[in-house]
Formats: sequence, C-alpha cells, structure tokens
Amino acid sequence: MKFSRRNLIKSLAALGSVGFSTKVLAQDKSNPNNLPPNLPEWTPDLGAGVDENPYGSPSEFESNVIRRNVPWLTASSQSSVNFTPLQDLEGIVTPNGLCFERHHGGVAEINPTDYRLMVNGLVNREMIFSIEDLKRFPQVNKFYFLECAANGGMEWKGAQLNGCQYTFGMVHNVQYTGVKLSDLLRETGLKPKAKWVLAEGSDTSGMTRSIPIEKILDDCLIVWAMNGEALRPEQGYPARLVVPGWEGNMWIKWIRRLEFGDKPYMTREETSKYTDLLTDGKARMFTWVMEAKSVVTSPSPEKPILYKGTQQLRGLAWSGKGKIKRVDVSLDGGKNWRTAQLHAPIMTKSLVRFTLPFEWRGEELLIQSRAMDETGYVQPYIQDLQKIRGKNSIYHNNSIATWLVSKSGKVDNVRLG
Amino acid sequence: MYVWVKIVSVLLLTTLIGISSLEASDRAFNLGSIATSQQVKGWDIDVRPDGVGAPIGSGTAFDGEEIFAEQCASCHGDFGEGVDRWPELVGGEGTLNTHDPLKTTGSYWPYASTMFDYIYRAMPFGASQSLSYDETYQIVAYLLYMNDIIDDDFVLSDQNIGSIKMPNQDGFLLPDPRPDVSNINSNPCMENCNVPVKIIGKARDIDVTPEE
Repeated sequence: MKFSRRNLIKSLAALGSVGFSTKVLAQDKSNPNNLPPNLPEWTPDLGAGVDENPYGSPSEFESNVIRRNVPWLTASSQSSVNFTPLQDLEGIVTPNGLCFERHHGGVAEINPTDYRLMVNGLVNREMIFSIEDLKRFPQVNKFYFLECAANGGMEWKGAQLNGCQYTFGMVHNVQYTGVKLSDLLRETGLKPKAKWVLAEGSDTSGMTRSIPIEKILDDCLIVWAMNGEALRPEQGYPARLVVPGWEGNMWIKWIRRLEFGDKPYMTREETSKYTDLLTDGKARMFTWVMEAKSVVTSPSPEKPILYKGTQQLRGLAWSGKGKIKRVDVSLDGGKNWRTAQLHAPIMTKSLVRFTLPFEWRGEELLIQSRAMDETGYVQPYIQDLQKIRGKNSIYHNNSIATWLVSKSGKVDNVRLG
Repeated sequence: MYVWVKIVSVLLLTTLIGISSLEASDRAFNLGSIATSQQVKGWDIDVRPDGVGAPIGSGTAFDGEEIFAEQCASCHGDFGEGVDRWPELVGGEGTLNTHDPLKTTGSYWPYASTMFDYIYRAMPFGASQSLSYDETYQIVAYLLYMNDIIDDDFVLSDQNIGSIKMPNQDGFLLPDPRPDVSNINSNPCMENCNVPVKIIGKARDIDVTPEE
C-alpha cells in the first residue's frame, strides 16, 4: 500500500474508531495531564543515573508479569511447581527470571568453587570435573524448550484452571551454553556394555533419572549458562543436564554425577512418577519425548479482547521431535482453520512464535491452535488421547485447548464435546 | 635471547607432550581429574532392581515400626495412610483401573530397590541421607509389611532386596508406543470440519484457579 495522504486519513479514522467507539472491556485509566498537548510529568526532571540498579529489572509497570503457582496442588513449596506467564511474553526467549520452577526439595545453593561432576561406572576412567574444567571443553550455544511432562496435567478430565499460565506454563525456552556429553565422554571413554546413564542431582532430593546412551551421545549437554548469563539457582546453578525434546524431569539440575550401566536404574521418578496410567491399570514407562503442542497466548483467559476491530492473535508451538512445520488457528471451535504465520528462527526442539491477524466484531469465538511438526505429527484433540489413554495419565497432555471469547471480550478456558 | 626462548619453549613443549601422552592416552582434551575409588564410593548411592548397589545392612518390619513413627509418620501417618496432602504409602490394591487410582508403594511401585534408593537419598524430607543403611532397610521392611508383601520378622537385606517381588512389578508397558494417535502425515481438515463445538465444561465454573 502506498502511503498516500488519502490512506493516511483513512488510517487515522480507523485508529479513532478503535480508540473510542469499539471499546469493550478496556477502561481508559490515562492521566490526561500526561497526554498531548500537555508536557508529561517524566519529561522536565532528570531520571535515575547509571548504576542505580546495577543488574536491572523490569519496569514497575510490569510487576504482574511473574511466575505463579497453584497452592492446593502440592503439600509444600519446596516440592512444588510454578508456571511461566506465557501470556505476557513475546518472541521465543523466556527471560531467566520467568522460567517456571519445579523442585523436589527446594533450591540447592552451591558455591561453584565447590561444584564437582563425577562420571563413574562403565567408563574407561572414572573422573571428576570442576566447573572450570567444563568451561574449557569446546562449547555449544543452543536454544531448546524445556517442558514438564505434567504440563496441562490438570486438564485431562476437563477444563479446570482458567489461565494460559496455569494450563500451559510449565514450559520455557532459553539459549543454553554448555558442553556436548559426546565431547565430555571422550575424556572418560565408555565401555562397550554401557547402555544406560543414571543422572543424579546434588539437591536434597538427589533427583535421578535413567537415560539411554543413544540419547546421551546424540544431543545431551551439560550447561552452565542460559540466555547469556550463569544458570539461575532455581534452574540448577552452577550446572544442569539438557535433554532436548524430552520431559523436563530428566534435565537434572545441580547435576553431580553420571553413572554408566548396562540396565536402567528404575528410580522413583521413572516408576512411581512420570509413568502414564491407562484405563486397564497398566502404565506406560519411559515415555520421554514431548510431542508437538501449541497454545494461543493472546487472546487467552488472562488476555481478554479489549477493543473491537483489528486483533493480533499470538501463540507458541513446539515439538520434541524436531521443527514445527505449520500451525493452524480456528476461531470457531475447529470447524474452519487458517494457517498462521511462523516467525523465524524456526529451530529444532525450540519454541516457535506464530501470529494471525483477525477482525473482531464482538461475536463469540472458540479459539484453538493446532501444531504440526516435521515428522507429520498433528497435535490431537483431548478426546483422541482419552480414547487411547483414558483420563488418569496425568502426563503428556499435548492436546488442543479451547478459549471461549464471549461478547464482552472476556476469555474462558472451556472444553468442547 | 631469541634462541634461548626457543630452546626453553621446545623443552617445555617436549615435557608437556611427554606428560600428556603418559596421562591422557586416548583422552581428547586432557581435562578433569581421575576419581579415586573412595571418592566414587561416597557418592555412588544408587540401588538397582537386581540389588546392585545395595549397601551392606539389614532390618525387619518389627524394628522399622519405631523408626517409621519417629522419622516418617509426621507426614505419612503411623500406618502410611498419609497426613494432609502428603503421600499415602499403603493400600490402593485394585484401584489402578478405577476412576480414582491410589498409587502407593504397595499398589504401584514395581521394585523394592526403588524404595530403598529413594528413602535413603531423599528422606526424611529435609534431612536426606541422614538415615543409616540399617534404618533404611527397617523402614522399607515396615512398608513392605504394611502392604502385606513380607512378614514382620522377615530380615530384609542387601542380599535379598533384589529378589522381593512387588505386586505391580508387571504393571508397566515398554516400549513407548507413541505416536499413538492416528493423525500422522494426514492433511488435517481445514474447512467445514465435523467436530463437536458444544461447550461441555468451563474452568470458571470449577472455580479452583488461584485468585490474584
């Protein structure tokens, strides 16, 4: 479109109509003294100087953008989980302070000087590495999503929690800096019988998971940095395991040991937990990969539609099996779909941002998104999963959610059937 | 001066190569240090289903009742029935295929070794690795007894923990059958799709979402 005078006038007219006549839920709380043609209150005076806040923090006006938990879910905050505020984030990078937390015995406080990683078992040399040793290996910098296997676990039986944050927020996406385990293990060597690794944390829960050696040698990392700075304590400082595309419980934080053996170890976390109970009472075990999934982050229960007219629907998609190939969006509960725009970079086992513009005239909407990954896998409906797995699985609910937009612009998490 | 530096460098280099070829053999980067068997012993605390890794020790349920009451009952109850939201450890047989499954050590856990491994490494909550090996065997024996798996005078030990048969040992399926839905490599419907669009549930009505 040429930016002609006529178009400019049309655009201004459109803006005017959005700002006034089509308001739904929005309340204008602006202070008129700060609006044109007046001089805003922050203009005449000097602001804070450098070093006022040497690390920096978000604007005070963003104080609602925080992790939140559901207190009734767990018996103690030390063995609990909170959720990433996906509805407030843009792009694909989760800020370090907003990455959801899942601890089994609280956050271990570790002086990196006293940190050691032990490698033992079926290796040629049992060895110990300091954090400085790790940083001298060839390094890689990779974006990966981390999703808890129980993300959406409360939604198996029906729409239960009314929020994007609470139903999808056990996922985050950061750039990791670390060493490939395939490089680290060139120091220890591996015995031919080594088939499984026990990864063990040094927190009070001594978190442990068994991982097959093929995965360890394929793309697993020991990392010390996220988004350009040291790991946050709640994300495993000074070092954690990265298991791309696989359930978050395996990404052992505060990692202290890798033991190589010829059989899986059958730890508490891979037997009594993180197993998927089916209707006949049998349970699936070792269900590691996180299948393709997507969510519309806005509109969402926390992000109602405030104005009629032009909207920018946004969302996130991801797959533990590779790259996201396509995301479709429906505004009528799945009857008709439009393909959303994917925003570069589209990386393997990383969140991908999608957007879709649409016009809203105040009608009821049933918003859904449907991800496809490069394997051809299409994100299923909950009924597809329930038919095969029942309703007691807890884990691995990657189904399509539905947001009901009511005529007022309010948004609700609903279940269709 | 230059020649001297060069000679020293050559000597240094020779020494370094000499050391590294002795120490490193096939090591690629010559980083890290060799772990002593004593260092490994201190941290290698895991126990496998076949009993590999089980530390020397033993205990009976009879002995375990007292230590369980002291160390475990405040959260799990005197009989493993669970207090408040803390986990139940006993019961649940026959519930796994119902609408309200109760997963306990007795009804769900496939291996006694996992109980020993977990209790020793992570319990009591907030005082992990403070139990002795004998105390841990006693507590595991008490839980097995409470779940009708062994008698109260059965001596559980490193010798037999790998041969305890748990009721749900065969209750787990491998390998992972996913993708288990049929919509693979299909062209998903884009227009006039036949899907149910009736609202059958609203999270707002359930009313369990935390309020701001």
